[in-house]
Amino acid sequence: MWSGRQGRLRPVGCAVEELRCRWREREAALRKARREQQLISKRLLRDDALEETEGGCVAMTLGEAEIQQFLGLAQRGTEEKEREKALVSLRRGLQHPETQQAFILLEGSMRTLVGLLTSNQALLQLEAARCLHELSHSEQSAVAEACLPATSYLLTYLSGHSSDFIELCLYTLGNLIVESEAVRRQLLPQGIVPSLAACIQSPHLTVLEALGYALSQLLQAKEAPEAIIPQVNNALLISHGCLSTLGLLLLDMAGAVQRTDARLELLACPVLRCLSNLLTEAAVEIVGGANQLEDERVAAALFILLQFFLQKQPSLLPEGLWLLNNLTANSPSFCTSLLSMDLIEPLLQLLPVSNVVSVLVLTVLCNVAEKGPAYCQRLWPGPLLPCLIGTLAFSDTEVVGHSLELLQLLFLYQPETAEAFLQQSGLQVLERHQEAAQLQDRVHALQKTALHR
Amino acid sequence: MQLPPGLHARLGGPPGAAEPLPVERDPAAGASPFHFAARRVRFPREHEFFEDGDVQRHLYLQDVLTQVAEEPERPRVPEFTCQVAGCCQVFDSLEDYEHHYHTLHRNVCSFCRRSFPSLHLLDVHILEWHDSLFQILSERQDMYQCLVEGCAEKFKTSKDRKDHLVRRHLYPADFRFDKPKKSKGPATPGATVQGSAEALGDDGEQSGGDAMEVSSEHAAPVPEPVAERRTYSHRIPSTICFGQGASRGFKSSKKKKNQQ
Repeated sequence: MWSGRQGRLRPVGCAVEELRCRWREREAALRKARREQQLISKRLLRDDALEETEGGCVAMTLGEAEIQQFLGLAQRGTEEKEREKALVSLRRGLQHPETQQAFILLEGSMRTLVGLLTSNQALLQLEAARCLHELSHSEQSAVAEACLPATSYLLTYLSGHSSDFIELCLYTLGNLIVESEAVRRQLLPQGIVPSLAACIQSPHLTVLEALGYALSQLLQAKEAPEAIIPQVNNALLISHGCLSTLGLLLLDMAGAVQRTDARLELLACPVLRCLSNLLTEAAVEIVGGANQLEDERVAAALFILLQFFLQKQPSLLPEGLWLLNNLTANSPSFCTSLLSMDLIEPLLQLLPVSNVVSVLVLTVLCNVAEKGPAYCQRLWPGPLLPCLIGTLAFSDTEVVGHSLELLQLLFLYQPETAEAFLQQSGLQVLERHQEAAQLQDRVHALQKTALHR
Repeated sequence: MQLPPGLHARLGGPPGAAEPLPVERDPAAGASPFHFAARRVRFPREHEFFEDGDVQRHLYLQDVLTQVAEEPERPRVPEFTCQVAGCCQVFDSLEDYEHHYHTLHRNVCSFCRRSFPSLHLLDVHILEWHDSLFQILSERQDMYQCLVEGCAEKFKTSKDRKDHLVRRHLYPADFRFDKPKKSKGPATPGATVQGSAEALGDDGEQSGGDAMEVSSEHAAPVPEPVAERRTYSHRIPSTICFGQGASRGFKSSKKKKNQQ
């Protein structure tokens, strides 16, 4: 399915500048929506304006009579192709809210659709699922609720084998979840959480991506903190080895980066965030869940992903580095891996990307350095000191502040660094900040240390 | 970002890590005016730290969801027939065939040739329909397991289980994959979507419903001798199928007789 996933931002005849402009508009709209806590709205998932410009066959709205006709043909047609075509026509019509309304008002329509969804004709089943998927896009909760009779079957099909079909069911479920609390109140007792959890076994990345979508919609529900998340007991998850499962997922994702030109957007985010936040749970220390992540391969995987993010998805770089912080903060083993696998230098290469990234990189380096002389010995000599002098020259206070912290640790545990610092004109760079309110105390302390080494 | 050579290879290598270097902290580290302390950081979901990631994800989702709904462009191949014994369905794309195969030929019961949407439902079916030991045990203890993933409840009868599914799990009362076994045996033309509903809006209830199956569209499968049992695995190897094909009889003399 990956090859089909080219961006659809290619309306014919659109100039490149127009495209960029559109992209910026979309992005701005999404940022605004997020700040207003409206980002879960599906309205933003369906770019209606874009569809209008796509040209080609524009679907017509269907009236009651036509819906009835298509459903009848799908159900009782003699020719398979005929039945399929009828459902395709219905599906296209269902892209319109008016058709969706007409459909749900027509008596018996959902029943017929569910019958087709569970038929033995595989292609009819698929087409019926696509119709349901169209309905799931509606912003009217009445339409989502009309799909309730189908949910037990959607969940049943999640344990099937047809990856495209499972993917479709997952996206449909994700959409329905967002739209209506009534739907969620049915899905939870129907066992959606264990069904979704079972999907994690799938070898197909597309399925895992879709799973990430459905799960994230479920977790963003407003009643999630009371109703859903307690079902997902973090301590229990950790004691059941979910950290190692997430670690394995990380390894798989890193492997996928190399194999195809896979876009891991939907999957990367939930995995990084889950893993990173779970590491902050108290249960980790008690149950010792983090040991599973002290495998060198996890370090390798994370760096492969960081490189991927840098090239393809820079917005995820901070989140990846945040995970790296949580992995290194309390772990001498992980810090040792970074040193022994020569991962410090690649880390330094990220410093110029942005201030946010610089701060995170410096924090990780501090995590390593604060563990003592044995660690600092491996940090210098090398490119670290010149890079650090470089970041000291930044204007951003936070970046400089973190650089000063790292310098202190280096001077303390590896005194020879102070000498080299002086030789590389570090003092002059320090001087620039000696008036800055938030920095001056630390600057003076370092000047003193360097000069009185 | 230049990664050290061999990093990808390390990914595929054995688990493990080098012995951690000794930790030795000096109390002066991070002491005033400095303040660094290594610690894990937690972000709640609304935190602005996630804004960039969320926005990018939604941009991507906008594209993906538009594509998921559309019929993907399947590369067309010269028409070919399903190779499963007796099945005559014709296809012109591999993805269509794959879905057909998984729906009809993947999880098939060796006794009654019904196919099921998942391995789990097939296993439950074999247990409840074709295992005489199950019948004996169920007289003394609750053996009918709940069909919902994650629910460990068991019941004395199939009806009790259905009541549980409806009341506890909000399943539809006519859930297609949980019809009670009829005592007269497995064969009945499964009334299908096609056959049963006369008109739109009809109660599409299947007559002679057979338990947990994707019902066959055509006539009944050949009833089998009662005494017949297999002692090896009841799941048919994927190369053999007795689904639709058996019920249609043999279209061509070249095809082998179905194995029983």
